[in-house]
Amino acid sequence: MRKTALDCVYQLAKNDDRVVFIGSDLGPGVLDKLKTEYPQRFFMEGVSEQYIVGMAAGLAMEGFIPYVNTIATFLTRRCYEQVAVDLCIHDLPVRLIANGGGGVYAPLGPTHLAIEDIAIMRALPNMSVVAPCDADEMRRLMMSTLDWPHPIYIRLGKGGDKIVSEEKNGFTLGKSILMRDGKDGMFVTTGVMTQLALETAARLEKNNMSVGVLHFHTIKPFDSTGLINAIDKVKAVVTVEEHIVNGGLGSAVLETCSELQPKLLHKIARIGIPDRFATEYGSQNSLLNHWGITSDSLVDAMTKKIAEK
Amino acid sequence: MAFDDRSKLLRRYVIDAMRGGGRGHLGSSMSMVEILRVLYDSVLKYDSTNPQWAERDRFILSKGHGCLALYAILADKGFFPISELEGFCRPTSRLGGHPERGKVPGVEASTGALGHGLPIGVGMALAMRIQSRNSRVFVLTGDGEINEGSNWEAAMAASKHKLSNLTVMVDYNKLQSYGKTSEVLDLEPLVDKWKSFGFITHEVDGHDIVSLEEILKKLPFSDGAPSAIICHTIKGKGFPFAEGNPEWHHKSGMTEADIQQMYDCLV
Repeated sequence: MRKTALDCVYQLAKNDDRVVFIGSDLGPGVLDKLKTEYPQRFFMEGVSEQYIVGMAAGLAMEGFIPYVNTIATFLTRRCYEQVAVDLCIHDLPVRLIANGGGGVYAPLGPTHLAIEDIAIMRALPNMSVVAPCDADEMRRLMMSTLDWPHPIYIRLGKGGDKIVSEEKNGFTLGKSILMRDGKDGMFVTTGVMTQLALETAARLEKNNMSVGVLHFHTIKPFDSTGLINAIDKVKAVVTVEEHIVNGGLGSAVLETCSELQPKLLHKIARIGIPDRFATEYGSQNSLLNHWGITSDSLVDAMTKKIAEK
Repeated sequence: MAFDDRSKLLRRYVIDAMRGGGRGHLGSSMSMVEILRVLYDSVLKYDSTNPQWAERDRFILSKGHGCLALYAILADKGFFPISELEGFCRPTSRLGGHPERGKVPGVEASTGALGHGLPIGVGMALAMRIQSRNSRVFVLTGDGEINEGSNWEAAMAASKHKLSNLTVMVDYNKLQSYGKTSEVLDLEPLVDKWKSFGFITHEVDGHDIVSLEEILKKLPFSDGAPSAIICHTIKGKGFPFAEGNPEWHHKSGMTEADIQQMYDCLV
């Protein structure tokens, strides 16, 4: 997914001379092609995220469209005031490409785990927040970012993800995609958790439960209409995200229903990272297990919720 | 040093605004009146009737709390009517307690939170280079402001990119909110710091019009490095009760008597 995102930055830069790339201290050779062909629009600026976000703002004020890339925690926690003041108050078209959403950097521990990034980014006025489900969707997203007039936070999942998105569904920033229809229940998902939900929905079908998957590649602006339309008729809704349950997709779903359709609230259960920093290392999958974000836990939650009166 | 009429006039505009708002960062504004005066009278390229003119020089007031002085010079230059000054900090005024881009004509960046101007200025200076423009970028920081590490991240980058079109000016009045900069978080050796970060650095009396004009005429100090000017100033300059007094860093709930006392200093 990350490679796709950066390949897209090259394509965008090739086609539009407003596009610039800014990295902090990324791995050797990143976007060498861009560096070689368009050296004036390639920047590797060092471990200095506060400055980098301000610099991106300065370039955007002069008409450029900066794509900034580093590890998610450093693009959010480290320079939150710069994101708020330089990007969001000025409402500038800067794109933050954030590596390692959720448990991707499991072996590196809690300093590197972006578990609350969606919550703090969606709290900022003018910021858009997206989390594609696979590399194909990342490509569709990236190629649609050029003329979005606001800042965008782009959350990357793990590499080598399965491809579950489909070209025919297209990509419209701010619109959810019904990946699978269901009569009994609906998983409401974001990022690579959509893959887990699709896999789980297929399992549940074998148990004669018809469960759909509503995928939110965009968490902000939030597609309230898409949500209400998709969950109005089903008995149960389980939100699934690789993010703390506070303030992320599940919160957005509850807030939306609370405001627009409070009668739907009783249907909803949330699955996400518990409200604590990780205490284990291992792999992304072992952390997901530790957090209780597994196909089995999705089956349990959905089955229980459907059985509720 | 006695003020000439122009320095007094600009200070009167600041007091007009403070009277309207009943508050303001007096000390922080008065230390930089002459710096702004010289920049806007003799140095910067701009068109007050077309604030977005692409070929203009960019000036960022990074110490946004000094905006009263910026509003005074912008009004004086016709970016907006002088009569607007008295609306300072009122609910629907364009002129808030910190300057905002998009609201106030001539304001290049919304500042107030400290340590944001120089990183933005580096981005603008790089943009000027990519676009092959001759426009220059000036950033005025406070002294307490450069406690913030983001300035030094940006300083390293400005030097790396050899941004000779970028000038940082430090309003070195030696007082921050709590007290002396030398006691809160000492900046010395300040000139050596900027030099060691790759800036060609000079010092000037920040209230001396002739000296300011002379040093600013020499820009860029090098074709291969950014420039820094440490402006030695006096916080609250022109108001004996406020000079060097951290109590006047910011004042609110000002009375008509307070205001009159300030006008009286400019007779």
